[in-house]
Amino acid sequence: MTAVTDKPRATRASAAGSSGKGCPVQVPAPFDYARATSVADALELLERHGPESHVIAGGHSLLPMMKLRLARPEWLIDINDVAELGHLTEEADVLRVGALTRHAALLDSDVVGRLFPIVHDAEKVIADPVVRNRGTIGGSLGQADPAEDLTTVCDVLRAQVVIVGPAGERVVDIGDFHRGPYETACEQNELITEVRFPIRARSSSAYEKVERRVGDWAVAAAGAAILLAEDGTFADVAIGLTALGLEGLATEAAAVLVGERPSEELLAEAGRLAAVASSPVEDQRGPVDYKRHLADELTRRVLRRSLERVGATAGALQGG
Amino acid sequence: MQVTMTVNGTEVTRDVEPRLLLVHFLRETLGLTGTHWGCDTSNCGTCVVLVDGEPVKSCTQLAAMTAGHEVRTVEGMAAGGTLDPVQQGFMEEHGLQCGFCTPGMMLTARALLDRNPDPDEGEIREAISGQICRCTGYATIVRSIQWAAAHPAAETTDQEVRA
Repeated sequence: MTAVTDKPRATRASAAGSSGKGCPVQVPAPFDYARATSVADALELLERHGPESHVIAGGHSLLPMMKLRLARPEWLIDINDVAELGHLTEEADVLRVGALTRHAALLDSDVVGRLFPIVHDAEKVIADPVVRNRGTIGGSLGQADPAEDLTTVCDVLRAQVVIVGPAGERVVDIGDFHRGPYETACEQNELITEVRFPIRARSSSAYEKVERRVGDWAVAAAGAAILLAEDGTFADVAIGLTALGLEGLATEAAAVLVGERPSEELLAEAGRLAAVASSPVEDQRGPVDYKRHLADELTRRVLRRSLERVGATAGALQGG
Repeated sequence: MQVTMTVNGTEVTRDVEPRLLLVHFLRETLGLTGTHWGCDTSNCGTCVVLVDGEPVKSCTQLAAMTAGHEVRTVEGMAAGGTLDPVQQGFMEEHGLQCGFCTPGMMLTARALLDRNPDPDEGEIREAISGQICRCTGYATIVRSIQWAAAHPAAETTDQEVRA
């Protein structure tokens, strides 16, 4: 399944169709449309219409791909009316976010900002404000674009994805959810219903992205989540990179921090190791050396900001 | 398939192909060409309309998905012969040159002011950051929206205009 978020990186192509006035128009290939009213209804529609049916939520990844014929579903199952997927619930040890929660709603949520500031950092730079009115968290994760920001956010927060299908519900760790670019554990006849973020005391997080202009995909980005022990040492650290050719977490960069007291020297070492773990490719957004530099620098910055947010600073602790 | 939605306060029902995009439904099926059609890739923002009061890029939404919802286009901004303060602001502060981006800009501005009647410059620039203008350098667009914020619509204004 996929639902949707920000813009595809494909640029305009002269695909497809005509308005009938001699004016080239990009239109999707023909398909049939059904609107689901509940999760059960959506699953039934996916089952009934078979493997060429596809879920649509915000539509801001899927529709552009359909215009370019990169996607060609025979049926679209619209889940925008499935109200049970729009929840945002704080419990004692977990924040439960419905898959249909829009980017704009995540950015507006004080609860999200307080518990997971990294989500607000990322949401501010995902696409643009108008696109964020439509794109959804479930769509972002389901699309699994390698340059997509929320994937890194979910990686470092050790989120879980709830998937519902004909066989019932299963909860998948984010690391197992992602199978590679544009591939996830969610099968065609299943639906992402919820993303769960574990709430931990003495923890914080941050995300920083370098982009060429508003709404563009990342040149590079990094995210971090930290958990401090009572004595002020790092108890747990997760570092993720976006658009830098790293699947999953930068584990070696995080490992040098765990058990240690924060210092600028240690953050620099983590940055260096994150850059080593990255394998960026040169494209119109920049050369490899530049992107590796960003992996290093952005990793330091998000670690520093996470520390500031949890009430510690690498600078203040440096001498201690 | 048949779709029914409210466009500028009027309920409309039409037979459409499921693949028809909202921008083409508005422009070609309903003849409301005030909504412009630009990049077709949800980048430029000239196709922005309000769906249930929120700005949406209508090149990246199906008419079918919009069924049952309320759409507002630039044609629905003026009421009773009186321009919306945002439209008036674009006149007063020269918020347009070629006019191509204008309908989308004005609707995003309207939605911003409905939500935040007194935005600062940063909030205005953020709100329109998903829309491209190639004429003004944005400065006069920002001033136009500031003008509208300083001159909110009021019944007295309507009466003054009619009088």
